[in-house]
Amino acid sequence: MIAMVAAGTAAATLNAASAAGPDVTQYQLANGLTVMVIPDHRAPVVTHMVWYKVGSADEQAGKSGIAHFLEHLMFKGTEKAGPGKFSGEVARLGGQENAFTSQDYTAYYQRVAKEHLETVMTFEADRMTGLKLSDAVVLPERDVVLEERRMRTDSDPGARLSEALQAATYVNHPYQHPIIGWEHEIKQLNREDALAFYRRFYAPNNAVLVVAGDVEPEAVRALAEKTYGVIPRADTPPRNRPQEPEPQVHRRVSLSDPRVAQPSLQRSYLVPSYRTAKPGEAEALDVLAQVLGGGQTGRLYRELVVEQGLAAGAGAWYHSTAYDETRFGISASPRPGVTLEALEQAMDGVVAKMAKDGPDDVELARAKTRLTAEAIYARDNQATLARIYGAAWATGISVEDVNRWPDLIKRVSVADVKAAAEQYLVLKRAVTGYLTPPPAAAPAAPEKRS
Amino acid sequence: MSARPAASLFSARILVLVMMAVSLVSAAPAQSQTTRITRVVSPGGIEAWLVRDTTLPLLAMEFAFLGGAAQDPAERPGIASLAASLLDEGAGEYDAERFHQALADKAIELHFDAGRDELRGSVRTLSENRDAAFDMLRLSVTQPRFDTEAVERIRTAQLASLRRRSTDPNSLANERWFALAFPNHPYGRPVDGTLASVADITREDLAGFAKRNLARSNLRVAVVGDITPEELATELDRVFGALPATAQLTPVADVQPQGLGKTDVIPLDVPQSVVMIGTDGLERQDPDFIPAYVLNHILGGSAFSSRLFKEVREARGLAYSVYSYQVALEHVGLWFAGTATKNDRAGESIKIINAEFQQILDQGPTQEELDEAKSYLTGSYALRFDTSAKIAGQLLQIQIDKLGMDYIDRRNSLIEAVTLEDLRRVSQRLAGARKALVVVAGRPVGVVGN
Repeated sequence: MIAMVAAGTAAATLNAASAAGPDVTQYQLANGLTVMVIPDHRAPVVTHMVWYKVGSADEQAGKSGIAHFLEHLMFKGTEKAGPGKFSGEVARLGGQENAFTSQDYTAYYQRVAKEHLETVMTFEADRMTGLKLSDAVVLPERDVVLEERRMRTDSDPGARLSEALQAATYVNHPYQHPIIGWEHEIKQLNREDALAFYRRFYAPNNAVLVVAGDVEPEAVRALAEKTYGVIPRADTPPRNRPQEPEPQVHRRVSLSDPRVAQPSLQRSYLVPSYRTAKPGEAEALDVLAQVLGGGQTGRLYRELVVEQGLAAGAGAWYHSTAYDETRFGISASPRPGVTLEALEQAMDGVVAKMAKDGPDDVELARAKTRLTAEAIYARDNQATLARIYGAAWATGISVEDVNRWPDLIKRVSVADVKAAAEQYLVLKRAVTGYLTPPPAAAPAAPEKRS
Repeated sequence: MSARPAASLFSARILVLVMMAVSLVSAAPAQSQTTRITRVVSPGGIEAWLVRDTTLPLLAMEFAFLGGAAQDPAERPGIASLAASLLDEGAGEYDAERFHQALADKAIELHFDAGRDELRGSVRTLSENRDAAFDMLRLSVTQPRFDTEAVERIRTAQLASLRRRSTDPNSLANERWFALAFPNHPYGRPVDGTLASVADITREDLAGFAKRNLARSNLRVAVVGDITPEELATELDRVFGALPATAQLTPVADVQPQGLGKTDVIPLDVPQSVVMIGTDGLERQDPDFIPAYVLNHILGGSAFSSRLFKEVREARGLAYSVYSYQVALEHVGLWFAGTATKNDRAGESIKIINAEFQQILDQGPTQEELDEAKSYLTGSYALRFDTSAKIAGQLLQIQIDKLGMDYIDRRNSLIEAVTLEDLRRVSQRLAGARKALVVVAGRPVGVVGN
């Protein structure tokens, strides 16, 4: 599992499950734990996930990375099940497990044969409150996270620019810091920080249990009562993050690095998410991302790559599944001899035309077809379904909202898309990023073999 | 961000395949006893393996033409890859734009990709658009246009991608490893070509590749979804019937990796060294492949409990990702380990990985490790069969590997039968693996090329 904020994964999160979609059963235990059961009887396996409503945007200032660091440390054992016990058991059962952290949630999962569901529920319930940490496991794991940061971000100029772009998009909201954390702050995180964060946020009333696969809702309820049901409710804090002011100025970030052999242009706009948008607005932004960036039929590709011949590639994305104001992005890579300035000007032209005229009827119909088909394709994968409903819950979107989504997409009009582009794809809401080699540097760089 | 890297990060994990949709019974002849795979042979003699599943209104097809990038001429690598990228860029009466529009208007997904030994393709469609999907597929494989506009546009994108990879440590290490191991063999050439070779590829190269490589004799097909065997038989002739009967493949020699015992450093200014360690392995047809697979699982194949994971990551915090995997190519079996670790501890990491290779080859695993490996490998079998595309992918791989339709029923018992004595025998056969070819990209401390 990769970072949930990656471009493109965004669309997959909410854009699925149709009105004729899976028959999701939802209920709540007395201790406040929400439970969702998603049937898929095609194979005798289950996907078991627990999502906590806490992510990197819920971290205290100066402790960036603690949500993700805790996610790693959750594999280090509990009072009852010592280090390696849970993972060892999952492996013996032939199960797969992992976890991931986003800005808004942290989730843990196992995929096992259905007869082993109770076992993984027992262990997962145990680590909701039973985590036990010593410096002997915490300190090497902090080095692991620093290596993870080096691998994902520090070694890749494009990823470093993306991090800067995100930081600049938010002037006040904690979405500005990276999920993995800033290096100097990761280095200071310790056992006490992790446990404090854990005690503050990990509780049944701040979590959802999602079970997808070859199971019945009532059987899951009985198991959930027996395992998670005995954990007491806790006093978890409400989400109350500093919000963004109305954006005022276009910002620019640029990174020159000798390792940039292929320049690129990235831009992100501050836009509403499904939770914060006015009715219909987020759906219009979903359609807009398709019309602009939907593969080779998207406007950006057609204009910049095919018609004008300025770019080698171009695309767009909308990170729709977020608790607070989120981002809409466009990007392009220039052909040799084309400056980023020229490419940016052409890109601005494509966006301006969309804001002026909207999509044509064919483009609109195509975008809707592709988006609603995604909802059906998603039903072929129980793990995908579990992630869609879990992420929706953690960002304030209900099962009903997810199930209505294809119908709402079908209602989006040309005027809606035009209005979304006109209102949100404006420079004062944007940060534009340039990735370039240093001036006059010879690009392409590995030195001769030693 | 996640606690453990996903297996998909390591694309070379060509491992054993499994079954799950097992226990599905069906009555048609020429069929596996315990699975519902049906061997469909069209009137024209084209074979496909089908799992009919009408639960969802969709269809997934995976297919391959044996041959792949190993067919590229020595002086011009990248033809197969570029040709694969162009098969959906205009065919029959459709130019590229109209071809993509026709797909997008019905949300049909059609992809091609060249590997070292095959050119692979996939189709995903809603049932209601099945005819259109098969029409587009038919045109793409039987009447690709290779229009100048499309060739130049896709060439441009390929060159941009190669420039990006020219400073990426993972790409550099991988390409260098194969170049050093197979100096005078097709496997030593980069699958996607070089900046020089891709610039030189002509339309004739591409059309010639399609003409020689896309044929009925080297075609393998797997289908999962909402279609009857009779309907599929008809469609197979309609889609592939116009292809030449026999592919004109250039024979590729069996080969052994060179340079074992050598170390090569690619100096690159990155904070982390990427390490690729490769040595002898076994081919897929080898009777000892399964014991070798189990041995690798214990060394570094399991993301959770492998020896490499415990020693390199958990105990010392040297890396986020560390793993080993087998690659069974058509003409050689290989065994790899890899990691990414900060420069000043790269030497230490390589020493530990080498020591773990030695240790497992010299002394073998314990009975407990073997039992746990078997338990995981047999238990996780089912998880590879929970989506249509995954099932189709498994059926295709079994055909490519010539394992027989009953392989799915036999696979777990093959794993169960592995003994410590088998592992000792495999270790002796893999004695050459005590020496490896090591490639490091970065500024590793304590690592010197030789």
